Amino acid sequence: MRSPVVAAALVVAALALVAPVLPSYPLTLLTQVLIVAVLAMSLDVLLGYTGLPSLGHAAYFGIAAYAVGILATERAAGFATCLLAGLVLATATAAVFGVLAIRAVGTYFLMITLALGMVVWGLAFRWVSMTKGDNGISGVPRPELPWPGSLWSPLPFFYFALVAALVAWLLLGVLVRSPFGMTLKGIRESESRMRALGYNVWLHKYLAFVISGLFAGFAGVLWAYYNGFVSPVDVQLVTSVETLLMVALGGPGTLAGPALGAAAIVFLKNFVSVYTKRWLLILGAVYIGVILFAPRGVFGAFTRGHR
Amino acid sequence: MRRIAVLIVLVALVAVPAPPQAQPGAIRIGMLAPLTGPFAQIGKDMVNGTEMYLDEINRQVAGRKIELTVEDTEGNPATALNKSRKLVDQDRVHLLTGGLLASVGYALQPYIDAQKIPATYPVIAADDITQRKPARWIVRTGWATSQPMHPFADWVLKNTKYRKVAAIGMDYAFGYETVGGFQRTFEEGGGQIVQKIWTPLNTNDFAPFLAQIKRDADAVLALFVGRLALQFAKEYETSGLKARLPLLGGGTTTDESVLPQMGDEALGIVTALHYSQAIDTPVHQRFAKTFETRAGKIPSYYSEACYTNMRWIVEAIKALGGKVEDRDQLLAALRKVDLKDAVRGPLTVDQLGNPIQNIYVRKVERVGGRLQNTVIATIPDVSQFYKYNPEEYLRQPLYTRDYPPCRHC
Repeated sequence: MRSPVVAAALVVAALALVAPVLPSYPLTLLTQVLIVAVLAMSLDVLLGYTGLPSLGHAAYFGIAAYAVGILATERAAGFATCLLAGLVLATATAAVFGVLAIRAVGTYFLMITLALGMVVWGLAFRWVSMTKGDNGISGVPRPELPWPGSLWSPLPFFYFALVAALVAWLLLGVLVRSPFGMTLKGIRESESRMRALGYNVWLHKYLAFVISGLFAGFAGVLWAYYNGFVSPVDVQLVTSVETLLMVALGGPGTLAGPALGAAAIVFLKNFVSVYTKRWLLILGAVYIGVILFAPRGVFGAFTRGHR
Repeated sequence: MRRIAVLIVLVALVAVPAPPQAQPGAIRIGMLAPLTGPFAQIGKDMVNGTEMYLDEINRQVAGRKIELTVEDTEGNPATALNKSRKLVDQDRVHLLTGGLLASVGYALQPYIDAQKIPATYPVIAADDITQRKPARWIVRTGWATSQPMHPFADWVLKNTKYRKVAAIGMDYAFGYETVGGFQRTFEEGGGQIVQKIWTPLNTNDFAPFLAQIKRDADAVLALFVGRLALQFAKEYETSGLKARLPLLGGGTTTDESVLPQMGDEALGIVTALHYSQAIDTPVHQRFAKTFETRAGKIPSYYSEACYTNMRWIVEAIKALGGKVEDRDQLLAALRKVDLKDAVRGPLTVDQLGNPIQNIYVRKVERVGGRLQNTVIATIPDVSQFYKYNPEEYLRQPLYTRDYPPCRHC
């Protein structure tokens, strides 16, 4: 319990100290890493701790982002309203989808979550009067908060995202170490044994699904403010798959691993593509390399034995 | 062993060297184009056109070198936003250009206006970027989606007997604005849109949609892009519809980016656009010939748009004597460009930053064994508002899936 907290404190302190001297482009990339890391960690609760590979995670992320986009542009809603609406809508969607998806396992779970994710994408794309369809919602203003510095400039927004990601990590960390989290791990290892021990397996999986949706929604809220723009791309399958890859790359079932995976993919995408059009090839090679040499992810390779 | 391998990968990731620093004194231009993903071919056309013009002027204007940095958007607005931040913050470009999809255009607009970085859109045609939500810092060097369709509708009314037209198009903003522009002018002139069919962007089989087309229409108006344009033309013929209902269309339905892959099914399709590869002027013929030698394929409207876009930018820089550091001046110069001998015809720019230009009505014919968009009518000096009063026009809502309403369906 202590060592990850110390390590995280060091990472956060390092980030906070380095940030002011960074040029604004790497700084915005770091901000993006933090937000995407929250999304990856939220999926880790499902994939890494409960053993449920969801292919529809962009749905909760996107719904929250859309909630913020629509409320902030059309209703000029404040931060609290947007945050609350985003979280409630994402959680409610996860609560409905969970009822449909949790009954399935393995490939069938993948298929159902994929299909449900596509439903949300279809809504974003076709419900033009609400979502502006393919054009997306642009001009989402950053919130006015009692915060040192305006959130419109990169540095204060970076600190804002840092604090948000830290809060998400702490909450999720407490969750996975709680008896509830232990039960999830038990279900991942052997569902039938947990059932035999008298655990309500369905309910535990369902709650994990909903909580995961809630945190994905939190990432979505941050994302809408970060980009100032929401479009169907945010809820499409590619976003879900990329999140899944971040978790797999970083190391499922570690929380910090998926955050690391998020950082690796964001930086890889943005730096390598500067040098070559074939950057997808390099990204693919990295995935294959990780699967071959570190099947439990980059983070898993360093913390072998106990997880 | 494994730990070491992983460590090596990690170190390699972190140690990616910083990109080469731009040399001082050069004029830096950042360009966004989809170089990977489903739109990569079009992205290539865009870069080809841009590079061709730069090579023609030896990458030099007003005594300063021009440095072009091209970044890949993947056709994704969030990525495009990231790459613009990179171009503006890290590469310190003096001007931003490029972009293909409407969503990318709308996503970049607030960023560009907030950064006050002069920008041009050679291809992005979403109407509202120069209409109801005009961007101060963006000059469009291309076109607005409904711009060719207004005069096209009048041309159809005047030169054909088609009065009842069924529309079929891709189910997104580009489709709505194309069909909407046609519908407005066509119905004001006494025509009727008797049907609107929207097909999903991932359609693999048009048979169910073609079966719905009303057989008592006089003609069909189609709007497709890329792979879908190829497939639609083919299925339209094999379904037997082509023999009964003549095909009209938005320009991309027979754009030169897909035309070489089409066969006889494309013959006779009449479309409207601000460009055709068959424009019969010396300046265009020279362009088309050079482009084909360079790129190994005929120019599409995307290549011409980016070629002329770069010329437009260079003319503006010339007018400033190379002083691109003054952003207000650069923007003003971009908005003042007046190209009498541009490749696609004379170009000026209106108050909201959209070109006033020729619209060509084109008919697909086979000339010398190759398909081409033969120009059968040239409508000069068409603005995005056509014959309408701009203020009244802007009070109308944007063309959407349900606007204008289909009163004759």
